[in-house]
Amino acid sequence: MIRIKVKSKLYPATEDALPRRVINDFRLALKDNEFVCLVGPSGCGKTTLLNLVAGLDDDFDGEIRFDEREENHKIGYVFQNPRLLPWRTVRENIELALNEPAPSGAIDNLLEVMQLADFQHVYPERLSLGMSRRVAIIRAFAINPDLLLMDEPFVSLDSATAQQVRDLLIGLWQQRPHTVLFVTHDLREAIALADRIVFLTSAPMQTLNEVVVPFSRNERQNQQLIEQFRHDLLQTDGKPVT
Amino acid sequence: MLRKQSLAWLSIAVFLSLWHGFALYLESRNLPGPLMVLQVFWEQCRSGELPYHLGVTLLRLIVSFAIAMFIGCAIGIVLGRNRQVNAFFDNWLVIFLNIPALVTMILCYVWFGLTEVAAIVAVVINKIPNVVVTVREGARALNRDLLEMARCYRFGKAKTLQHVVLPQLFPYFIGATRSGLALIWKIILVVELLGRSNGMGYQLHLFFQLFDVASILAYTFAFVAVMQITEWLVLKPLDNRAQRWRR
Ligand SMILES: Nc1ncnc2c1ncn2[C@@H]1O[C@H](COP(=O)(O)OP(=O)(O)OP(=O)(O)O)[C@@H](O)[C@H]1O
Ligand SMILES: [Mg+2]
Repeated sequence: MIRIKVKSKLYPATEDALPRRVINDFRLALKDNEFVCLVGPSGCGKTTLLNLVAGLDDDFDGEIRFDEREENHKIGYVFQNPRLLPWRTVRENIELALNEPAPSGAIDNLLEVMQLADFQHVYPERLSLGMSRRVAIIRAFAINPDLLLMDEPFVSLDSATAQQVRDLLIGLWQQRPHTVLFVTHDLREAIALADRIVFLTSAPMQTLNEVVVPFSRNERQNQQLIEQFRHDLLQTDGKPVT
Repeated sequence: MLRKQSLAWLSIAVFLSLWHGFALYLESRNLPGPLMVLQVFWEQCRSGELPYHLGVTLLRLIVSFAIAMFIGCAIGIVLGRNRQVNAFFDNWLVIFLNIPALVTMILCYVWFGLTEVAAIVAVVINKIPNVVVTVREGARALNRDLLEMARCYRFGKAKTLQHVVLPQLFPYFIGATRSGLALIWKIILVVELLGRSNGMGYQLHLFFQLFDVASILAYTFAFVAVMQITEWLVLKPLDNRAQRWRR
């Protein structure tokens, strides 16, 4: 269980801007191994929230509480931009994130599935943006995280590749369950992936409402079901269905 | 590329023939021609004098350069990463940057005696502020995204330094090295002239008293050659290797 409680997050004033309240009284509890999608307008504070959860920013009023594996929880974070070390090859970038030696085949496997096997000794500046994103995704998967944060990870992938990576993500998640907090603008994607979708207001960010996705993993193969659910969600204007 | 190279050689050739022409025309002891200088160079090499004094100077240069780079980089990184420490030391940095080299040399010799240690300390003190300023600039410009990534993935101090910080600082190190070697070289000769009884500074002083311009030029030539070779054999390859990831 991870309890996120953010009373307020302010970005301090600068010379030409007043202080900005980005998050206001936001609460979210992530159950163990739950897959939660955050959906909200651009600029509402989703990235800010993930940074708080990842512990990269402790300048806020509130607390993020991890139960149980508190001591040593591993966080995999797919940032909104790839953030690869340009002076290390693809493979080195992935291996550097591992703090214990991984089973040797694991990375090869991921590279293979992501169609990057031929590029493992290439420097990131020679990759396309979509390829860099895939490397960043592999890096996050490879550490076997207890909490996986993903900030719009599939933008700039073509829909076929995106679908493949989605399947991989769900496959890995079912193999070795862990908590996932996933930001997206794509409602179909959210329905296809999430146990629960949290809709957010524009800044200062608050929860608009929460929707539990009632489908089993198998049912989600059915595009029509997803399409129908999406339609209902849009009809009710984000108000809870059921 | 080839054109650029041949132009560089051409400019050297033009310079040498102009020099040769002037020397012939003036026929003065104060302006020996290039052939004359080469001959003196050769003699000095054969007698072993030039290699000895050049070696002594180079040794001092390497030792003081290494010490200054190490201390300067460490201070530079700390100042670049820590605003408070930087605010505390900022003025001192400017002051040390502006103390004339001659003053530090004299003070070092007065305080520590005419010793090897005093000579090295004088050079090091003159060089450190330059390294600090350059490296501090680099440390300030470190990429925050990558530092956050390293923190999130628990790189730890050593790994972050090796894989995230130092590669970003590398161009600044190379910059500090290039400007540093040139600066130290100039300072070290004065240090030797003032208080040592060997090394190129000492020799040049002797030649000056004898008005032996040919020898002065021969020594200069030897040193310039050494520096060029360092650039070609050490700095350039190092630079290329460290930059090979760039597009
Ligand atoms: N370092 C910062 N300093 C000041 N303001 C910031 C900073 N980072 C973000 N903001 C502001 O906080 C708000 C939320 O930013 P954030 O990046 O969290 O949005 P987001 O929900 O991730 O948007 P998007 O979907 O476009 O990525 C924005 O209005 C932005 O201007
Ligand atoms: Mg964002």
